[in-house]
Parts: sequence; C-alpha cells; structure tokens
Amino acid sequence: MPLSVLLDRQSVFSWLMMAAPLAFLAALVGYPFFYGILLSLEYRPVAHTGTFVGLKNFIADAHDAVFWRTALNTFIYTGVATLLKMVGGLGLALAMNQHFRMKNLVRALLLLPFIVPTVLSTVAWLWMLDPAFSVVNRLLVALGWPKPGPSWLGDPTLAMVSIIIINTWRGLPFYGITLLAGLQTVPSELYEAASIDGAGGWQRFRYITLPMLRPIILIVTLFSVIFTFADFQLVYVLTHGGPANATQLFATYAFDIAMGAGQLGLGASVALAMLPALALLIVALTIYLRRE
Amino acid sequence: MVSGRGHIEQAVRVWLPIGFFLVVALFPFYWMAITSIKPNSELYNKNVTPLIVYAPTLKHYVDLLTQSSFLLWTWNTMLVAVVSTAISLVLGTMLAYPLARMRFAGASLIAMTIAAIYLVPQPLLFIPLADIINRLELGNTLTAVILTYPTMLVPFCAWLLLGYFKTVPKELEEAARIDGASRVQTMWKIFLPLCTPGFISAGIFAFTLSQNEFLYALIFLTKSSVRTVPVGVIAELIRGDVFYWGQLMAGALLGSIPVALIYSFFVEHYVAGLTAGSVKA
Repeated sequence: MPLSVLLDRQSVFSWLMMAAPLAFLAALVGYPFFYGILLSLEYRPVAHTGTFVGLKNFIADAHDAVFWRTALNTFIYTGVATLLKMVGGLGLALAMNQHFRMKNLVRALLLLPFIVPTVLSTVAWLWMLDPAFSVVNRLLVALGWPKPGPSWLGDPTLAMVSIIIINTWRGLPFYGITLLAGLQTVPSELYEAASIDGAGGWQRFRYITLPMLRPIILIVTLFSVIFTFADFQLVYVLTHGGPANATQLFATYAFDIAMGAGQLGLGASVALAMLPALALLIVALTIYLRRE
Repeated sequence: MVSGRGHIEQAVRVWLPIGFFLVVALFPFYWMAITSIKPNSELYNKNVTPLIVYAPTLKHYVDLLTQSSFLLWTWNTMLVAVVSTAISLVLGTMLAYPLARMRFAGASLIAMTIAAIYLVPQPLLFIPLADIINRLELGNTLTAVILTYPTMLVPFCAWLLLGYFKTVPKELEEAARIDGASRVQTMWKIFLPLCTPGFISAGIFAFTLSQNEFLYALIFLTKSSVRTVPVGVIAELIRGDVFYWGQLMAGALLGSIPVALIYSFFVEHYVAGLTAGSVKA
C-alpha cells in the first residue's frame, strides 16, 4: 500500500499526529506520577540513593499529629472557602445579571483578583494584615474596635480565617463570571411564564434559576474544589503553614518535608495522601465533562 | 413607565451589591498602588491617614529597578511564558484536531485521559519532578520550567481547543478533501486559519497561567539570575528588615501589569475561554 494512502487513514493520521504530545505527557506527567509512588515507598534523603522501606513512610504519617492536623486543615479550608465562593459567586452573578451601564468594564474589573498572579496579590494581603501597620486593623480601630485590633496571621484560628477569606477573594470572580454566563442562557420566557402563573421572586429563583444553573454550579465547584484542596502558593506566602501548623495544608507540609528537611520519600507520601480524595473528584469531573 | 422613584430603586438594586463587590475586589490593588508611591515617612507613621498619600514619590520604583534584578526577572517570566505558551498551543492542537475531526478506536479514552491530566494539581507531582530535573541537571535553567509548564498547559489547551474545533463547520474541509487535498493540507490550509479566536483564548489563558505559576519556579530556580517575577519577589524582596513594603508593592504592581494589560485587550476571549468548559455551546 503506498504511503500516502496509509497516511490518509483516519487512525494512522490521528495516532501519528498525537504521538509527540502523548509522548511528552507520558514522560513528564505519567512517569513522575509513578516515580512519586515509588519514592513514597523509599527512605530517600535528598542527594542520596533510596532504600525501599515498604509502607513505613505512610505508617510514620499515621503516627504524626501534624499530618492529621494538616488533613483537618485542608478539609476545613477547602470546605469553607468553596461554600463562600459558591454563595458569594451566585450573589455576584445575580447582581451582574441586571441591566446597567458600563457592565463590561465592571466585569473586567471584578475579574482582576482572579487573573493577577496569585503570589503578587497575596503579598498585598500580607501587607494589609501586617502585625504593626495593618490597614485593615487601622480601619477597624477607626471604627471603634479596641486597639491594636486582631492578630490576623499570628492567631491560629484567625490565620485560618485569613487564608480562607483571601482564597475566597481570589476565586469568587471565577464563580461569579461563570455563573453569570450560565444565567444568561436561561430563556426569559421561563421567567415570564412563571410570573404569569403568579410566582414571586424567590420562587422564580428556587424553581427556575437554580435548577437551570445546576450543571454549571456542579462543574465550577468540582473544578475549584480540586485546586483549593491542593493549594500551595497562598499559604506559602502568608503563613508558611503557621502559626504552629494551624494553616498547614497537604501541599505546604509535603513541601516542608521534601524541600525543607530534604526527605523526598516521606514528602512524597504526604503529597500522595491527597490522591484518594483528588482521584474521586477528578474521576467525577472527567466523567461529567465527557457526558456533556 | 418607570417613575423617578423607580429609577432610584433600580440604581440601588444594581449599585449597592456591585459597589460592594467592586470595593472588595479592588481595594488590595488600590493599597498596592498607594503603598508603592508613599515615602517611608508616611508608610511607617501611624498618625497619618493611611488611605491617601501626601507626598507621592517614585523612589520605591527606582530602588526596585536599580537595586534588585526585577527587570531580569520580568524578562525571564516573559520568555518562559511565551515559549511555553507556543509549545502548548502546538502540542495541544496536535491532540485536539484528531479528537475533534477523526474517528478512530481509543479516541474517547484519550480525551478522558487528557481531561484527567489537566485536573492533576502540581503538588501531586512536584517532588518526583524535582528529582527528575536534578538528575537531568536542569536545575537553575529556564529550560526546567519551559519543560514543566506545558505539563499543565498542553492538556488545558487541548481541552479548550477541542471544544472550539467542534464548533467549526466541516463543509469547507469536506470540499477540500473532495478536491484532492491531503489531510495535512486540509488541516493546515483550510481548518486552522478558521480557528484564530480559539487560539487567542487558549493562548491568553496559557500565558496568564505561566505568569501565575509559582511552585515549579520556586523549586527549580534558586539563583537570582534565572528567577521569574513571583519567585524573585517572594524570595528576594521579603527581607528581614521592615522597610521594604514600598519596593515590594511596586514589584507586585509592575509584575501584575503585563497580565492585566493583555487581559484587558482580550477580555471577551478570556471570558469565552473561562466559560467554555462550563456552559453548553
């Protein structure tokens, strides 16, 4: 068979074309993934060769109080921040779904927190919550709060509150703008018909808006849960996991162990502890996206 | 007709919530900007109102550009972002085109794998990747990040382009095939030129993601001369002493401007890209 005819086959053409990107992903995603599993089963100080130790790293994690604190932190951080972003984002979308001037400008400005490099905006928050010169506290004190105001990043509970607020600040526009796009696809005839049937504002929201938005809310939420669960930068910049591991997340704890203490094997086991929850989320979202 | 009171009520219903969201969203940027032009005498004085600046100065910007490697970091960031975006668009297209247009066994498995890879967050891979980059002796080279950024960007571009490609009508390609064009010619000459908006969306997204990346850059780039802006700012401008906030905010603001500019030109494409995955076409 001549080469040109062979190349014309859909399957031959497709696999030839996909070969390079698939090889790239296999080498730099597939291989590191399995190599990470291998590392987690080794005693492996940085710059040394590893020794296979079976599940010892995972057993060490299970006996590590900080590990469990980290797990709890990660679930609280993800759960509360996701809820705030979802509710706030829905509010933003509803507010934006009205007629007013300069809508495009407003939409562009509201998206800024989401598009500006996270690390750079987080540094601004670090300065806004500075122990000595916090502008937030100076405003609170001016409004009558007792001096010197809350110690945002120094108190364990408030540090968690702070990282949740900042994560929400950054992620809310993503929810808002995506849900707005969803709202705009709801046919106005539905609302008109409901109004004629005597439905009030809340009933229209409850029985038309919410059900129509459900698929988008689901996708956006799954998506944002995955990346909040594995968040690193925000905590690294603001608290480094402190005070006393009160804001330690899986990613920052794995980083501390692997890059700080140089224990690649133990660090890999902490990172892999995210896998069960992540795998569930990823499979759910992939299947859902596929069905669409 | 809407009465005068109706107008006011309408305005309140729009601008009360929108105003609140705007103030919250923009205040940190205002604070960044105003800090960067305040002299230290105002920055660290608790007796003056913090919200305004009395004697604006560009000193922090001058210091930032002359005393740190900020310009070099900016160059590195741009270089890395442009090259990894280009690589990702090419490789992403090579995945998306067959998946959008060809029928072959295994297509849906590949599509699902790509979606799943896109959703794998970096913290799951950074430890083994750090070891691999070390063994390849690529530590402290821009190649390290140019190689690793596309691991997130290729699946992302492929997924976004796949969605876009499916919306392009097939008739032109079918006509070209009947006229005897090969598959490669059809794709290159007929199909790809039709997809410019899709490439712009994917390109902007990939570009901002590269500018935003922190973890890999933090681990792979530990020498000042190869750092990107986010890592340089965090690792070198946050110092022990207290009087660095002016420079730090100047750096944060300058580092945000390229992304903000690009995005303001292409905001429609950006929003289209943002919502592509979540809103049914």
